[in-house]
Amino acid sequence: MELKVKQVKRVDGVKEAFYIPAAFGGLRLTVKHFFRNLFGSRDVVTINYPEEKRPVSMRWRGRHRLTRKDDGFLKCVACYMCETVCPAKCIHIEAGEHPDLSIEKYPVRFDIDELRCVFCGLCVEACPKEAIRMDTGVVAMAYSSRKTFDFTRDLLRDNYDPNQHESPKYGDEDLPRPESQESALPNSQGIPAS
Amino acid sequence: MDLILEILSIPLVQSILKIAFIILLFAMPLGTVLTLMERKWSAMIQDRVGPNRANVGNYTGNGLLHLAADGLKSIFKEDTIPQGANGFLYLIAPFFGLIAGVATFAIIPIAGPIGDFTFQVTDIEPGLLFIFAITSLSVYGAVLAGTSSNSKFALLGGTRASAQMISYEVFMGLALMGIFMVYGSTRVSDIVNGQNEYWFGNLIPMWGVFTQPLGFFLFFTALIAETKRAPFDAPEGESEIVAGYFLEYSGMRWSAFMLAEYVAVAGVAVLMTTLFFGGYHVPWLHLWESAPQWLVTLLQIGKFSIVTIFFCWLQIQLRWTLPKFRFDQTMSLGWKKLLPLSLANTALTAVVVLAFM
Repeated sequence: MELKVKQVKRVDGVKEAFYIPAAFGGLRLTVKHFFRNLFGSRDVVTINYPEEKRPVSMRWRGRHRLTRKDDGFLKCVACYMCETVCPAKCIHIEAGEHPDLSIEKYPVRFDIDELRCVFCGLCVEACPKEAIRMDTGVVAMAYSSRKTFDFTRDLLRDNYDPNQHESPKYGDEDLPRPESQESALPNSQGIPAS
Repeated sequence: MDLILEILSIPLVQSILKIAFIILLFAMPLGTVLTLMERKWSAMIQDRVGPNRANVGNYTGNGLLHLAADGLKSIFKEDTIPQGANGFLYLIAPFFGLIAGVATFAIIPIAGPIGDFTFQVTDIEPGLLFIFAITSLSVYGAVLAGTSSNSKFALLGGTRASAQMISYEVFMGLALMGIFMVYGSTRVSDIVNGQNEYWFGNLIPMWGVFTQPLGFFLFFTALIAETKRAPFDAPEGESEIVAGYFLEYSGMRWSAFMLAEYVAVAGVAVLMTTLFFGGYHVPWLHLWESAPQWLVTLLQIGKFSIVTIFFCWLQIQLRWTLPKFRFDQTMSLGWKKLLPLSLANTALTAVVVLAFM
């Protein structure tokens, strides 16, 4: 079989042979860009990253957060779905008994090792309560110590920044404490306890 | 007061003051600023932002502080000497180029004379022959750095640099023969004053670029090859031999090579201004006969600076426009095309000068 060879036509002619006209053609292009950017950086496409940020898509997967109900408490019911589905095994949950008897469990611990996380988003898909989301828009996590990447339950808040050491917003003492067993029974969601 | 004037009238004191003024206030600042401008301007050409991060507090000066940052960094970096290097030659090599670049400014007048006082360190009779001698000296910088580093890449770069610079010096001299013939002198002040005459009444100044257009092009090409910048940067050869002859250098000695390159760029610019664009002469200024002396001097310094900065910019623009020549292309361009052209230019100029002047 005969090989098919495609011959690209060589650009010849006076312009190429003398080099100077071609060089001037190149100069015209670079000078045009130079002066366009000299007066107002019109063609510059750079985003000055730490100051300016690229807008991320709605579906973009960033750092996790644990969502909350209207009363400020976590939506998570410690069902272990996300921990089970996680391919990187980076979620660790410990369930505890909720003082509100209408709620079965709540996470005493909810730790995510962000260094192991592969940001696949399966935990978000698995969650039956929309309790974990990856919509914080935190693009890069750059901290100086490995320990900082172990996010515990109270750190997985919406706007937590480990570089600014502030106390967590919600602790165990902030749990809604029902005054009596009776008042706890018809809970906010209207589901009767057992 | 009289004592000060008396001291100032001593020629030696005047020369030292001029050297200080021209080197410290013109050559070195221009070279230093060009190291930053090269990066800023190349960024503009390529639609980038360029260096803008060095800061004091919140002040960045749009990248201006990188000058100070670079200097500080170079001073505090370790000055390494590779194993097996020739210590003495290795240590002195960076300064050949720097000295040669700065010495160019010695014969350049940056404004017209006021009485006996000239704005020129020295107006020697050989004039431009001095420039040729000095630029030959800068070959030693590259060659010594290349051979003494005990590195094969550096040796290759040094070999290329020596071959290229010696070849291009041949027709650098020939390209200027036309200028010597037209203005009848090698002395710089004669050439500059010769460019203050006019054709057709007061219409066109007799600038070198109009009397010697081919010579202008050839000399500019030769000088760019002498500074070893793109498109003639085979001696540095970033894509093949890393950094060429100054590959092994670090710290302040590396900075000396970079500074030498930019001082050479500024030197090329002042040479082009002086020889081909009328030097310090402001065109058609002689029509205004009642102009005060101080204003004339200021205008002359201004015109000289503007043309110089334009040529610095043009060299940087050329570097970021043209692709690098292969080394054999550099040599064949020099010997087979530009050398015959400069010979033809010399012969043609001789005939025209003989016929009309």
